[in-house]
Amino acid sequence: MRNPLNQSVVEIKPSGIRKFFDIVSEMKDAISLGVGEPDFPTPWHVREEGIYSLEKGRTHYTSNAGLAELKEEISRFLKRRYRLEYDPCHEIMVTVGGSEAIDLAVRAMVCPGEEVIIPQPSYVSYEPCVVLAQGVPVFIPLKAENDFRLTEEELRAAITEKTKMLVLPFPNNPTGAIMTREDLAKIARVCVEKDIVVVSDEIYSELTYDYDHVSIAELPGMKERTVVINGFSKGHAMTGWRLGYACSSVPIIEQMLKIHQYAIMCAPTTSQYAAVEAMRNGDADVQMMRESYNKRRRLVLHELRDMGLECFEPYGAFYVFPCIKSLGMSSEEFANRLLQEEKVAIVPGTAFGDSGEGYMRISYAYSVENLKKALERVRRFVERHRQAAQD
Amino acid sequence: MSLRMQILEAIDQNARFSTKELAIMLGQDEAAVAEEIIKMEEEKVICGYTTLIDWDKTELSQVIAMIEVKVTPQRGQGFDKIAERIYQFEEVDAVYLMSGSFDLTVMLRGKSLKSVAQFVSDKLSPLESVLSTATHFVLKKYKEHGVTLVNDNKDERMLVTP
Repeated sequence: MRNPLNQSVVEIKPSGIRKFFDIVSEMKDAISLGVGEPDFPTPWHVREEGIYSLEKGRTHYTSNAGLAELKEEISRFLKRRYRLEYDPCHEIMVTVGGSEAIDLAVRAMVCPGEEVIIPQPSYVSYEPCVVLAQGVPVFIPLKAENDFRLTEEELRAAITEKTKMLVLPFPNNPTGAIMTREDLAKIARVCVEKDIVVVSDEIYSELTYDYDHVSIAELPGMKERTVVINGFSKGHAMTGWRLGYACSSVPIIEQMLKIHQYAIMCAPTTSQYAAVEAMRNGDADVQMMRESYNKRRRLVLHELRDMGLECFEPYGAFYVFPCIKSLGMSSEEFANRLLQEEKVAIVPGTAFGDSGEGYMRISYAYSVENLKKALERVRRFVERHRQAAQD
Repeated sequence: MSLRMQILEAIDQNARFSTKELAIMLGQDEAAVAEEIIKMEEEKVICGYTTLIDWDKTELSQVIAMIEVKVTPQRGQGFDKIAERIYQFEEVDAVYLMSGSFDLTVMLRGKSLKSVAQFVSDKLSPLESVLSTATHFVLKKYKEHGVTLVNDNKDERMLVTP
């Protein structure tokens, strides 16, 4: 038989998370701080709406772009929360999670050989999506000294004549970094000047602390060159429903919709009905969850600093990103040894790009009891190895 | 939100946080948190710290009853006087004044059906202002104080996800 495989797919590296997952799965009774999803179940009134829709027999396709009433609710939500104005009929489409929207945006806009700037550490799917679209990923290693924000200088230095797109992943997984309006304004100016399109992955937009989230699409000249990606997974605790959305100008959405139409048809109908309820009556749930995460964020940050790990204050998502360089081991070594010695699973920063070396992603989407138990073990580990590193 | 409300919301479901932990989680000064808690204890905003126990999982057998009581309010004292005569009994766990077709809800903990029945016939019903009672026994507790008692909410997430 001849080789049945596409070489460019074969060459894509399996994700670092996957590798670590396999190791963790071998370990019985490990406790984890490695999960990238809320610990809350979807609020009951939202789940109930999904159940009702099934009872009523709403088990058919929806239109390709999604239920009209859901798109209207999304449009209202974006306006009330982020001052974004999108026409629900033509500028919003519902996707299977934010992940699909990322893939669509890249495929709809990137031509073979064009460069896509990806700041790292960041979510694992940007690079493979670009590669599959035959684009060329160009990485910007974000720096701890900038609190892992993207700066104008870094962006300018990465731009070439082939640059087509910037992926803007804030609030950021894995660092928890956010971009303020001032930070974004500088980036927006460069994008307009250099005629670059932006894929702004704002899936954690509802989970920011002390600062309100700002979308780059709101800034002058940006709406027509930005695809805003968001969804229900994180803020509304709906990961398993697989529901996200993309918003942009009509010419871009039209092409993304074409791919979606042929590859997916439409997002799951039950999920869409549930999401309508989440948009209409879910603000208080999100508020409650945000406040709960914020308490844990402060606790985890305090504990990590207290055990002597350098750690910038993250204002978004549900991750803390401590530096472990003082222990004289690599991120991967830290992860493996912590798992072996103390049975705690934490994802190494390198799973999110080479520039994550020296850092660990700690998720605080766990009960306070669980966090305290796990952090006590981390403290024991850190103190033991700091001693060893000094001797 | 005031510091007071922040503290109350945080400890409503968990009284075991230390003052230091509370201060860290709320992003507040530890001394200020400690002071506010003492103040609330003095003002009886915080009336006590109890433990949520699922007695069904222990060797203790007990019966919980909810008694609907109709009473005649007394001149000048409304329902308070009769409520007091009822809540003084040790067996009584809680007493609420209700709107609707009866006046007081009396929650009772007893060793057996018999002891509850005895309480109602010997102590509650003979009270002068009590017109009638209807006793309901609790068969199963599903949820109490916001906590589900029936199933252990296991974390079903995968151990590591992106």
